[in-house]
Amino acid sequence: MSTEFYNPEEAYSRSEIEALQLERLKATVSHCMNSGFYKARFDSIGLRPQDIRTLDDLNRIPFTTKQDLRDTYPFGIASVPLKDCTRLHSSSGTTGNPTVILHTKKDLEQWANAVARCLWMVGCRPEDVFQNTSGYGMFTGGLGFQYGAEKLGMLTVPAAAGNTLRQLKFFKDFRTTVVHAIPSYAARLYEVMCEQGIDPRRDLALRTLVIGAEPHSEDTRRRIEEMLGVKAYNSFGMSEMCGPGVAFECKEQNGLHIWEDYYIVEIVDPQTLEPVPDGEVGELVLTTINREAMPLLRYRTRDLTRILPGECACGRHHKRLDRMKGRSDDMIILKGVNIFPIQIEQILMQFQELATDYLITLQTLDDNDGMTVEVELSERFFNDDYAALQRLEKEITRQLRDEILITPKVRLVPFGSIPKAEGKAVRVKDLRKQY
Amino acid sequence: MTIHQLSVFIENKSGTLVKVLKLLKEEGIQLIASTIADTAEYGICRIICSQPSKAFEVLKAAGIAVTLTEVFAVELDDVPGRAADAIEIFANEGISIAYLYSFLLGGKGVLIFRTDNAEKAREVIVSRGLTVVPEKDLSKLL
Repeated sequence: MSTEFYNPEEAYSRSEIEALQLERLKATVSHCMNSGFYKARFDSIGLRPQDIRTLDDLNRIPFTTKQDLRDTYPFGIASVPLKDCTRLHSSSGTTGNPTVILHTKKDLEQWANAVARCLWMVGCRPEDVFQNTSGYGMFTGGLGFQYGAEKLGMLTVPAAAGNTLRQLKFFKDFRTTVVHAIPSYAARLYEVMCEQGIDPRRDLALRTLVIGAEPHSEDTRRRIEEMLGVKAYNSFGMSEMCGPGVAFECKEQNGLHIWEDYYIVEIVDPQTLEPVPDGEVGELVLTTINREAMPLLRYRTRDLTRILPGECACGRHHKRLDRMKGRSDDMIILKGVNIFPIQIEQILMQFQELATDYLITLQTLDDNDGMTVEVELSERFFNDDYAALQRLEKEITRQLRDEILITPKVRLVPFGSIPKAEGKAVRVKDLRKQY
Repeated sequence: MTIHQLSVFIENKSGTLVKVLKLLKEEGIQLIASTIADTAEYGICRIICSQPSKAFEVLKAAGIAVTLTEVFAVELDDVPGRAADAIEIFANEGISIAYLYSFLLGGKGVLIFRTDNAEKAREVIVSRGLTVVPEKDLSKLL
């Protein structure tokens, strides 16, 4: 096995992947009959585990939704007795019952293996020092990366979220080479470095950045790479699928390989639930085929993406997901138009005159719904030229209107005036009247 | 020939102007002239003050969007019509004024302005014998 690969499954051909998938799908479906939830659901439509004979039979199985997880809160979907489980992770539950995912000891080992495989793929080795700026605890980006990085054998620095000055001190003192951070926090780290007179290229050993959890544009990635002098790789995960380690960019930085020995991936039209062809955007649907405690069959993730057609130059045949286009539930509907915040970000990040923070506010004025986009002027750009500011504002407005088909009110604000979040950045505020 | 003006990017929000002026006050920096237009969302506050370089450092350190700009300060006799005469000279030379404000100081009128062609403006000032106020003299006039 080439040292490029962490597991032999990484190098599998399509036919090897699909053979393993079928074997694991059959085993998973049989195992799911130990789950009260899936047993009842299969019985209700007269489906039996032995009816699943090919991968195409997957579409005979009903979808599992977040609502199903809420309705069966906390342990209703489990396929093993609780005594066999060793950990649970739970979502925040801000919009209803929280969701719970249970793990057996083997599940945790497999999860750590997937994360280690991702990190190995982008060049992390036991000599590296890995600092994780994620919140620990229930948020899976903390423990998920912790166990994966430890399995790989790196020296891990579980710095956890916040306290930016301390993060920077650790970077310096421990010669951190790999960092996991959400994109908005990566930008914040750079800001504080500048304030502290730290030049990341001169003073630090950072080489690799793992960014995920927030949808971000290619331009944002390039900016962050340029600021910190690192290679930044996109990570995709979700607590329902363990957490990080579901899909990850290889060194080609062109799409995220989804580990098909762990998951069967489908992309469906969110309205009709029919599959869409490779290359077209739809909702990501995942079936776990390598999990004991709580397998999920055809889980609707709400994440919008597409499968990138064609082969990857890295030699892996695991399919590639395009960067996330947003979530079907993040979508803003304004005056009947569907808008994703990432569309706005893509436009804004093309303006060198702007800093990385922005805030979208939806509000009702005189019974008309409208959108205000506040953008921070970059520190370097401001000069004494009022006409230039007006031209900039007009140009941003024009480009946004071309993209989202609605004319937003663009407001230039001074650098640093949009409140910084140390967690996930709040990009959209909806102050519209509710009718 | 030019003097330093502070240009501050100001959001139209209560408290932003006060913050800037207080910072200058704390450093004992005196305002000589200032102007701000009544725009809806944001504007540029332009300030002539004692110790402009120090003022620039203070505001920058406080995280305020500020820049130092070079502007012309032409001294005029305190007699009706002098401003018109001066500006006519520039107009005749095809030099546009980007912005202008004026004040009286020590019995003299002072015109502060920025043009679209600083080089040409310099030539005109010299050739037409207009009096410019050197930066160090502004504080003396106080």
